[in-house]
Amino acid sequence: MSQGNSQSSKVQTTGHVWDGDLQELNNPLPAWWLWAFYATIIFSVVYWVAYPAWPLGKGFTTGIATITYKNDKGVEKTTHWSTRALLMKDLQDAREKQKPYFDKVAATPYEQISKDPELSNFVASAGKVLFSDNCAACHQSGGQGKMAFAPNLTDDDWIYGGTHDKIQASIANGRHGIMPAKGGADLNEGEIESLANYVLSLSGEPMDAAKAKAGDELFHGKATCLACHGADGKGNKDIGSANLTDKIWLWADVPAQDSADKKVAVVKAVITSGLNKGVMPAWNSRLSADQIKLLTVYVHDVLGGGSNK
Amino acid sequence: MDHGKIEKNLGLMLVLTMFAISIGGLVEIVPLFFIKGTVEDVRNADGIKMVRPYSPLEQRGRDIYVREGCYLCHSQMIRPFRDESMRYGHYSLAAESQYDHPFQWGSKRTGPDLARVGKKYSNEWQVQHLIAPRSMVPESVMPNYPWLLTTALDTSDVADRMTALRVTGVPYSVNKAEFDNNVKEFGADVAKQLHIPDAQKNLIEQAQTGKYDGNAADVTEMDALVAYLQVLGTMVDFSKLDNDNFVKFR
Repeated sequence: MSQGNSQSSKVQTTGHVWDGDLQELNNPLPAWWLWAFYATIIFSVVYWVAYPAWPLGKGFTTGIATITYKNDKGVEKTTHWSTRALLMKDLQDAREKQKPYFDKVAATPYEQISKDPELSNFVASAGKVLFSDNCAACHQSGGQGKMAFAPNLTDDDWIYGGTHDKIQASIANGRHGIMPAKGGADLNEGEIESLANYVLSLSGEPMDAAKAKAGDELFHGKATCLACHGADGKGNKDIGSANLTDKIWLWADVPAQDSADKKVAVVKAVITSGLNKGVMPAWNSRLSADQIKLLTVYVHDVLGGGSNK
Repeated sequence: MDHGKIEKNLGLMLVLTMFAISIGGLVEIVPLFFIKGTVEDVRNADGIKMVRPYSPLEQRGRDIYVREGCYLCHSQMIRPFRDESMRYGHYSLAAESQYDHPFQWGSKRTGPDLARVGKKYSNEWQVQHLIAPRSMVPESVMPNYPWLLTTALDTSDVADRMTALRVTGVPYSVNKAEFDNNVKEFGADVAKQLHIPDAQKNLIEQAQTGKYDGNAADVTEMDALVAYLQVLGTMVDFSKLDNDNFVKFR
C-alpha cells in the first residue's frame, strides 16, 4: 500500500473522491499506445487518398491507386482500385502461369497427351481438382459411379461410347437417357416376367429357360426392345441404349441380389416403369473448352476406362 | 450538455446511446442507397432484365429453404476472390439478390456456397441428396430431409406470400398496368409467372411440368425446394455480358 500511496502522490487525480478516500488517478496513456493511435490516423488518410473511400452524392471518391487488367476482349484497361478488377487481374496472372500447359493440352491430340510425362502429370493433378469439384458428386470421388444413379467411369463399359470424342461430347453437352415404360397397356405382368428372364439370360445370370425363350420372342417382336438395344442386345452407343449382354448393370442392381427371384424382380421393375432419369448436366456453360478437354483426358486416361474405338 | 444530466436521465441516455452506436452503420450503409450502380442493372441485348423475381413455386421453395435453416450451413454469396471464383463460378452480383427478402448471403460455410448451384446437378441428384446426403457424398455432414418428398406443399397461401413480398418492393403484379409493365421489363413469359392472381395455378403447372421430384402427379415440398435450388445463380448469362461493366461499380 505504501507503494500505491507514493505513486498517487506523483500522479494527478481526476478530482473525484468517493467514500471519503477513494480517488481516481489520471495517468497519461502509454506512449507506444498513443503513437500507434496517431499512426492509424495517418494510415487512414493515406488509405482515403489511395482507395475508394468517401461517398459523394451518386458516386464516391475512387482514390489514386490503380489496377491494370485485361478485359474480356483482351483489351488492357486501367481503373481505380476495386476488388472486382483485382480479381480479374489475379485470375489473369494465374492463367498466364498455367497457359503454357493449357496451350499444350489444347494443341496436343488426345492420344499424344498421355504419352508426354509432363502433360499427363498436369492432367492428373488439374483434372483431379476439376473432377472433385464437378463430377464426383454423382460419379463419386474415384469415378467408380453409383448403382442406379451414375455409371462407373473406370470400367470399359460405355453407354455413349468411351473414345475421347464421345467423352468430350458427353461432358460438354450432357446426356439424358430415356427408356419407355413397358408396364401397363404395353405388356402384361407375365410378359414382363418373361422379358426379365430373357435379359438375365443374355448376361449369363440364373433364370428360367422357358420364360427366357418366351421373352426372346417378345424382345424381338411385340415389345420392340430390339429397336434400341439391337437384335443381339448389345445396345447402341449412338443413342445410349445399354449393352444387355455384359455383366455390368447400372439401373437394376442385379449383382447385389442373392437369389434368382430377386434378380428377376429388379429387372422387371426397370422394364415396367422405364427410365427417365440419368440426367447428366451440360458443362459447356460452366467449364471452358480447355477444362473440358482436360477432364476428357482425365476420365479417359487417368481413371483409365477409356477405349479407342 | 452537462454529463450529469445524461447520466441521471435513463431515457435520454438510451436515445443518445442508440444514436451514437448507429452512426457507424448509417455512415457505411446509407450512401449505398444513393450511389448509382450499388445494385447493377443487368439486361440482355433486348433490354430485358436478366434477374427476375422468383416464380411462385421457386418462392415457396425459398420459404422451405429458410424454414429448414439451410442458411445456417450454406452461404449464397461468391466473393470476388480467385479461390472462390475457381470453385463456385462468377462472383455474385448485388443484382442477383435484389428480390431476396431477406437475402441469404450468410457468412457460415459448413457446406459449400450455393449461389450458383442451379443446373450444376440433375433434379434426381438434388432429390436423392436431400433425402440422404451421405448416399451421394460419403463424407457429408448434412442432415437428412426425407419428409420433403412425402409432404404435400401447401399452395393455398402462395398469393398472400407474394403480396407480402410486393410490399417490400418485389414487382409481383396485381393489375393489368403492373402486368404490362412486367412484360416490358421481364418479357411475357416471366410476367405471367409474376401475376399474383394466377399464382396458385402457375405454381401447380410449373411443379407438374418440371417434375422436380420425379413425380408429376403431386406437388411436394421437394418440388418447390429443388425448383428453387435449380434456379440459383442461373438468371444472369455472364457469357453475354462484359465484365468491365461490373468493375466500375466497386
